[in-house]
Amino acid sequence: MRCPGSALYVYPRARHASPLQRQKTLDPLKRVEKEIKKCVKCGACRAHCPAFAAIQREPAVARGKVALAHHLAKGDVQLEDETYSIMSKCLLCGSCAEKCPNDVPTDEIVIAAREALARERGLTTFHKAVGRIIRNRKAMNMGGLAAAILGPIFFRKVPQTSGLRLRFPLPFLGGKRHVPQLAKKPFLSRHPEVIPGEPGKPRIVYFVGCMTNFVYTEIGEAALALFRHLGCTVIIPRDQQCCGLPGMSGGDMETVRELAERNLAAIEKHNPDYVMTACATCGGALHKFYPAVVGKRNPELHARLQALADKTVDAAVLLQKLGLNPEETGAGEAFSITYHDPCHLRTRNITKQPRELLRAAPGVELTEMEGADRCCGLGGTFNVYHYETSMNINAPKAAAIAKSGAEAVVTGCPGCMMQLADGLQQSGCKTRVMHTLEILARRIKRT
Amino acid sequence: MLDSRIIEKLKAIVGAGNVATGAQELLCYGYDATQMEFHPDAVVHPASAEEVSAVLKLANAERFPVFPRGAGSGFTGGALPKGGGVVLVTTRMNRILRIDTENLIAEVEPGVVTEQFQLEVEKLGLFYPPDPASLKFSTLGGNVAENAGGPRCVKYGVTRDFVMGLEVVLPTGEIIRTGGETYKGVVGYDLTRLLCGSEGTLGVITKIIFKLLPLPDAKKTMLTIFDSIDGAAKAVSTIIGNKIIPTTLEFMDHATLQCVEKRFSLGIPETGRAVLLIEVDGDRELIEKQAGRIQELVKPLGLVECMVAKDAAESEALWKVRRLVSPSLRDVNPTKYNEDIVVPRSRVPDVIRRIDAIAQKYAIPIVNFGHAGDGNIHVNVMIDKEIEGQEEKAHGAIKEIFQAALDLGGTMSGEHGVGLAKQPYISLELKPEQVAAMQAIKRALDPNNILNPGKMFPV
Ligand SMILES: Cc1cc2nc3c(=O)[nH]c(=O)nc-3n(C[C@H](O)[C@H](O)[C@H](O)COP(=O)(O)OP(=O)(O)OC[C@H]3O[C@@H](n4cnc5c(N)ncnc54)[C@H](O)[C@@H]3O)c2cc1C
Ligand code: SF4
Ligand code: SF4
Repeated sequence: MRCPGSALYVYPRARHASPLQRQKTLDPLKRVEKEIKKCVKCGACRAHCPAFAAIQREPAVARGKVALAHHLAKGDVQLEDETYSIMSKCLLCGSCAEKCPNDVPTDEIVIAAREALARERGLTTFHKAVGRIIRNRKAMNMGGLAAAILGPIFFRKVPQTSGLRLRFPLPFLGGKRHVPQLAKKPFLSRHPEVIPGEPGKPRIVYFVGCMTNFVYTEIGEAALALFRHLGCTVIIPRDQQCCGLPGMSGGDMETVRELAERNLAAIEKHNPDYVMTACATCGGALHKFYPAVVGKRNPELHARLQALADKTVDAAVLLQKLGLNPEETGAGEAFSITYHDPCHLRTRNITKQPRELLRAAPGVELTEMEGADRCCGLGGTFNVYHYETSMNINAPKAAAIAKSGAEAVVTGCPGCMMQLADGLQQSGCKTRVMHTLEILARRIKRT
Repeated sequence: MLDSRIIEKLKAIVGAGNVATGAQELLCYGYDATQMEFHPDAVVHPASAEEVSAVLKLANAERFPVFPRGAGSGFTGGALPKGGGVVLVTTRMNRILRIDTENLIAEVEPGVVTEQFQLEVEKLGLFYPPDPASLKFSTLGGNVAENAGGPRCVKYGVTRDFVMGLEVVLPTGEIIRTGGETYKGVVGYDLTRLLCGSEGTLGVITKIIFKLLPLPDAKKTMLTIFDSIDGAAKAVSTIIGNKIIPTTLEFMDHATLQCVEKRFSLGIPETGRAVLLIEVDGDRELIEKQAGRIQELVKPLGLVECMVAKDAAESEALWKVRRLVSPSLRDVNPTKYNEDIVVPRSRVPDVIRRIDAIAQKYAIPIVNFGHAGDGNIHVNVMIDKEIEGQEEKAHGAIKEIFQAALDLGGTMSGEHGVGLAKQPYISLELKPEQVAAMQAIKRALDPNNILNPGKMFPV
């Protein structure tokens, strides 16, 4: 039950902690103790947890992690290497919480345990690097990350594929992974900050996210085209940052809080009607985790983050709400697709809306695959620590996509897109991977 | 504590990666749905009967206890390693070995999850009816060991009724076969039946041969609301008396309805004191007729409302009422003791009345629902452990509830078994001679008391 041997993943050595320090380390777990106690150990999560499906051992299932968290909070079990190992086996997908008859938020409990580990023993080398990268203030708008850090240092060419292979793991990207080519110019540096629309139409802040900014810029272009088509004013704050979820998955809550505040400031000053995301993970962060990480300790900040959360809306949901005319979208000619539910949309009850939009788009034929609602296996930094497991979780997904016979698998999260593409490529399947917005924007004029 | 020499031997048997000894990992095999907790010294994950056999032989030689475990969803602590020892998990033995569409049988390993098996046979137009509410995660081995039942048992019977044969590793390590693939068979004692419901005390089940049925064409669901518990009970006996055996006759009492209504506001009329969820299955035309007939039969029995599902979606909506019961109970009190007494069908109203009286006497909420068709009632004693004295009250109430069931010609447990949870009460139901006969069987098969010791019988 150990993580891969690379020096990057080595757990920080235990430090000697005074009882007072120990109390402080356990704070995050104490805060969720009430949630922990809600678990009745029924085992229902065994049917829904993707980590368990692949690993098939009780510590991998939500129930196991909650049981361990219970003892950690009580203080009769210490934060050991084994704790890192067990708590790392979670994709933070929220599938357990969604189906748990007792509403136990295991994802939040795991984050609390990881924060406790980080507080007591510090971050792993890997997560330190992640924190440094995503906190780099200039990274997002300057393209500095892409050009300076990502390029020569982290990648080496893999001849047999068009993609690149990472030499050094990045926030969401593991070492062996085939990743798509990086964008020549990041999305954020391509457009003016404010793109005015028609008067009286909604003002929308577009929260772009790293994956769209650096890798799948076409999602950004599609989003822009669609909302401009509807007459909206689209604001792309220059000073927006990474959502912080890669930090959260390592328990690096300092970084998450810092990024939450910076993003809040970047968005708030535009006083938008909506904050739109086309990345399920970023949406989940803004919508669910931001208010939670600050908690009630800072009521003023909490209230502002809650207001931000309330305004945050997934692009597909917003398009539907603003009445996108289906006649103007879609492929035109016949195009068969299948849809994958990102966990961070599904657990927010966003499953029908994208399907309805896609079905209504002329030419588009949507065939459901088996297990469309099952996790793709990416799980943020989970795939970095447990790449093999991550791909094992993905295997049935890749098979189901192939079996559907669709020309493209469509989804609402660039993270899922990368994972799906990786899985399909490794299984030798030629199905394309696309974002919902790309399909919808196909016949809409881009400027 | 097991010494490291034994751990090494276990690793030699099942492979090093399939033995867990990390303290925190062991913690994760110390619980089941009872919420009791006992930590093992090691966990092994064997992949075959041969490996199970070698583990048990080693256990006899070295005298350490072994506790079989499926999904750990048991309600009575059967899989818990009380006193320490080795937990033997069946998860890796999870293959469906064959589905024989000619003879309507299937052979599986014990770690297969119940629902996965059902879905596989249904793909071939076949049917495995036993449907414990835990079917999405419980294992078939655990189902056989607990003789699990579910709503469909009124018509189709419990797990035992579908087990034709077993491969079992005896507590001393010998691998034997019981029963077989034929419907008839009278040579020797019926060990298959003995092992069904033996709670992992007489052998580790390593293969199961199940009988299958043809998948029914269609089903029809109805939700009927009555103004009294007697009306609902009468409805059950009237329907069956008129030679209609529904697949399901799920019942919810007034306390249950209040909980569901309070939390989810489904709009159940206030005059409703009891609900029956009725489902019939079979040939499409036949079930339409049966559904009509059922409505006629229940009308004069104080029927407040009857909803009939027109399609699968509506059927799901009706089932939802039943499924919302468990989540809504939590609002009453945080801890529930979930007992599953059985009384003869006709005595259901009597036992509910006695339970209501017990609830008043101890001043703790008791909520009842369950399988009215076979008189199996889930009695939920709801307490808050943080309040002093409530736990004792609960135990007092539970004892009286068991006594009530027995007085009315019933039994303490229809599905969940004895394990650790019901051990203290077993002498209410079984005479010393009965217990002695059972213990004699246990001693004969497990002379060193290796397999799942300390369960079922008072120690
Ligand atoms: C939410 C919920 C709903 C439930 N609903 C029902 C219901 O409707 N009907 C019902 O009957 N039960 C129900 N149960 C109880 C439980 O799910 C069943 O008893 C189930 O059969 C247990 O299966 P398991 O795989 O979890 O076994 P475990 O809990 O792991 O083990 C149960 C017992 O079986 C033994 N055992 C397990 N595998 C083997 C094997 N291969 N060989 C020998 N012994 C073995 C164990 O030693 C133990 O004594 C429910 C439980 C929950 C949590
Ligand atoms: S987390 Fe929820 S589903 Fe899992 S065991 Fe606990 S209560 Fe049951
Ligand atoms: S968040 Fe996902 S991976 Fe983590 S315990 Fe829950 S279901 Fe499993």
